[in-house]
Amino acid sequence: MSAAPVLSVRDGHKRFGAVHALKGVSLDAYRGEVLALLGDNGAGKSTLVRCISGVHALDEGEIRLDGDVASLSTPALARSAGIETVYQDLALFDNLTPAQNFYCGRELAFPAWLPRGLRFLRAREMDREAASVIDRLKVRLPRFDAPVALMSGGQRQAIAVARATVFARKVVILDEPTAALGVRESRKVLDLVRQLRDEGNAVILITHNMEQVIDLADRAVVLRQGRKVGELKPDRANQQELVSMIVGAEV
Amino acid sequence: MLAEATRDPDAMSGARGSEDRAGTAAVALGLKLLSFGPILILALLVLAISLLTPNFLKPVNIGNILAQTAVIAIVAMGQQLVILTRGIDLSVGANLALATVIGGLVFRVSDSAFLVVLAMLATGTLVGFINGAVYVFGRLPHPFIITLATLSICRGLALELSINHTTMRGMPDGVNYLGETSSLGVPNSFFVVFGVALLVLVMMKSMVWGRWTYAVGGNPKAAVEMGIPVKWVLVSTYAFAGLCAGIGAVVLSGRTGASSPLYGNLLELDTIAAVIIGGASFLGGRGHLGHALVGALMIGVIRNALNLLNVDVFYQMIAIGLIIVLAVEADVLRNYLEGRARANQARAQ
Repeated sequence: MSAAPVLSVRDGHKRFGAVHALKGVSLDAYRGEVLALLGDNGAGKSTLVRCISGVHALDEGEIRLDGDVASLSTPALARSAGIETVYQDLALFDNLTPAQNFYCGRELAFPAWLPRGLRFLRAREMDREAASVIDRLKVRLPRFDAPVALMSGGQRQAIAVARATVFARKVVILDEPTAALGVRESRKVLDLVRQLRDEGNAVILITHNMEQVIDLADRAVVLRQGRKVGELKPDRANQQELVSMIVGAEV
Repeated sequence: MLAEATRDPDAMSGARGSEDRAGTAAVALGLKLLSFGPILILALLVLAISLLTPNFLKPVNIGNILAQTAVIAIVAMGQQLVILTRGIDLSVGANLALATVIGGLVFRVSDSAFLVVLAMLATGTLVGFINGAVYVFGRLPHPFIITLATLSICRGLALELSINHTTMRGMPDGVNYLGETSSLGVPNSFFVVFGVALLVLVMMKSMVWGRWTYAVGGNPKAAVEMGIPVKWVLVSTYAFAGLCAGIGAVVLSGRTGASSPLYGNLLELDTIAAVIIGGASFLGGRGHLGHALVGALMIGVIRNALNLLNVDVFYQMIAIGLIIVLAVEADVLRNYLEGRARANQARAQ
């Protein structure tokens, strides 16, 4: 773990009309570390994550990447800054193949002097790259040239996580990556999460599964009603404390 | 070769060899059949009609069909792209009429074919651009509303602007050449269709823009999250549909040697019907060029055949309506079968 946080959120506020979803949240994430982001439904986890990944903008406060204030006003900017997000709904395109999903929104294309949308696809190169990643991560797919609509939940999840592994350079955010999966498929996905961490990314993991938190997370941050209410290193001993923080009850 | 498979989910065969269940194979076969359904139906139509009336397959008549289908085919290719992004463009017919009228007015002051064509294409594109821009930046829930509005506005404008509110005779030679003349026994309008098809093919298959339209149609929310400029993809799609209406205007006024505020009546329905019976999905993200062309040809063939057989125009409408129902049901069935394929896949894990 390096000394300085790769990502830090400082005093972030976000309002949606009358709803004050984030009330001054601060958070640091370090390379090579899995940070669990915990909280009950409506605690502000998803809002915070969507602010970091550029879908929403913070109303107040700032986000720093490697110490510099980052402008993450669009998802494209966040991604090019090295922040990858695996959304709960996976954000896959059912009508596209795994390779096309991998590169969607950042296609390899030429010539560079044309506006992005008018460039020509380097389809073969993208297929080859995506195939080698799928191979390296030992994700088993029935066919590589079929649209993901025809693949199972675990395969789809693996594709979404694998997509993040290709492009992540700083931060990977995973929103409930195993919520819809069986035991065996979950284990595979968690292996991918470890791999992301070992490759030197800061991994932010949203989950409700306390076993996974204790198993995987180096640190846990708990949100409740838009505020950070606790931060600790999760282990068997403080599991109960963690749960109390999440639901807001006395220990 | 991978790109091919995208558009063709149905190409997915039973997959895992020895583990195949009979059900998996049946599902795969069903999907395969559905993907070839429209072409199969077209072939059967052609066969049946040529048995009923020997005139049908004569070169002259085939030339007729191609010329009559040209306008629907060109405009349907634009409609196809709009439907691919989960939208609809109801204004294409009125847009085409307005474009011919503007072209006709330009012809009053200049007999330059270049200027007339330019005026028509610009009118079409501008109307399409307005559709897209109001839909996207006006945050409308669905393009239905705005394109319905521009349908009305364009038709009204075309009537207002045209001299005596009716058909204006005369078009430059160059425009007539495109719409009316034949080369090597093939109507020139067919070459226009071919050119547009080639352009659309390149845009959809080889360009980043095309990939983005599939992405926007497949999962609009994810497209935003993946950093695709969704708003501009949509605006450009509608603008392109407008351009296609403008090209249709050139061909139609070339064929008739005139411009009219009444042209393109119900063309929006013909093009939507063509795209759907051609086999594209109304659910977004599914469809390719072939769908629009096969669908347009199917409509052309049915109209022509029923004319040759002296069947009332009402029955043409009923026949096309019935085929639309059939096509939409086929789309529903395809979705069901894909769900089955997915379940089989999960079981096979």
